[in-house]
Amino acid sequence: MAIEVRVPTILRTYTDGEKAVTGEGDSLAALIADLEARHPGIKERLVEGEPEQLRRFVNVYVNDEDVRFTGGLETALSDGDQVVVLPAVAGGATDAR
Amino acid sequence: MLTIARETYDAIVAHARRDHPDEACGIVAGPEGTDRPERFVPMVNAAGSPTFYEFDSTELLALYKEMWARDEEPVVIYHSHTATEAYPSRTDIGLANEPGAHYVLVSTREHGPDEGPVEFRSFRIVDGEVTEEEVAVVDALPARSTP
Repeated sequence: MAIEVRVPTILRTYTDGEKAVTGEGDSLAALIADLEARHPGIKERLVEGEPEQLRRFVNVYVNDEDVRFTGGLETALSDGDQVVVLPAVAGGATDAR
Repeated sequence: MLTIARETYDAIVAHARRDHPDEACGIVAGPEGTDRPERFVPMVNAAGSPTFYEFDSTELLALYKEMWARDEEPVVIYHSHTATEAYPSRTDIGLANEPGAHYVLVSTREHGPDEGPVEFRSFRIVDGEVTEEEVAVVDALPARSTP
């Protein structure tokens, strides 16, 4: 069960510079746990809180669908799925957030 | 230093004026590793706010897939401040996730949507550290050297 994960520039320090890595898992949560085992430190950049949820300004797509619309970390995965991680491009004058 | 073509500079300023008082945002893509801002891509501010901007997540994916297909990267990431100076806020710094990009800020606080001088400044934002850099506006980017 291999799932290809596209890694953004900012997280490539965890993947020895690789743009894409392979992981396993039948859900996004399981995949992230597997990635953490292979690339320690990466999980904290993707999830936060208790119970864990995806960080507000990290976007994850499974086969081009934003997982926020497909169940978040519970999103089911199967062999051959393509996962893309992209940090939000966001900001603004407010310092309130 | 950021070297940018006059036409691209003008397009960024025009976008900032057009969206005033909301923040405008977008990128200028260029071939990977060249530091050349060649392809102006204005984006919709999904937050539709005078104090915040965010690319729509679906449009963000489409944008990056297009860049990957063309071997491009975001050379410039720009947005406007509409009531404050053209300097990265704490929010801007905390959310800056492209260490290789020039972060351009335009402020429309003086003249809003109207003609008139605007602040146009460029910064590197790496690991929370902001470094301002010079902006060179040129008639056209120099010819590409073949590697």
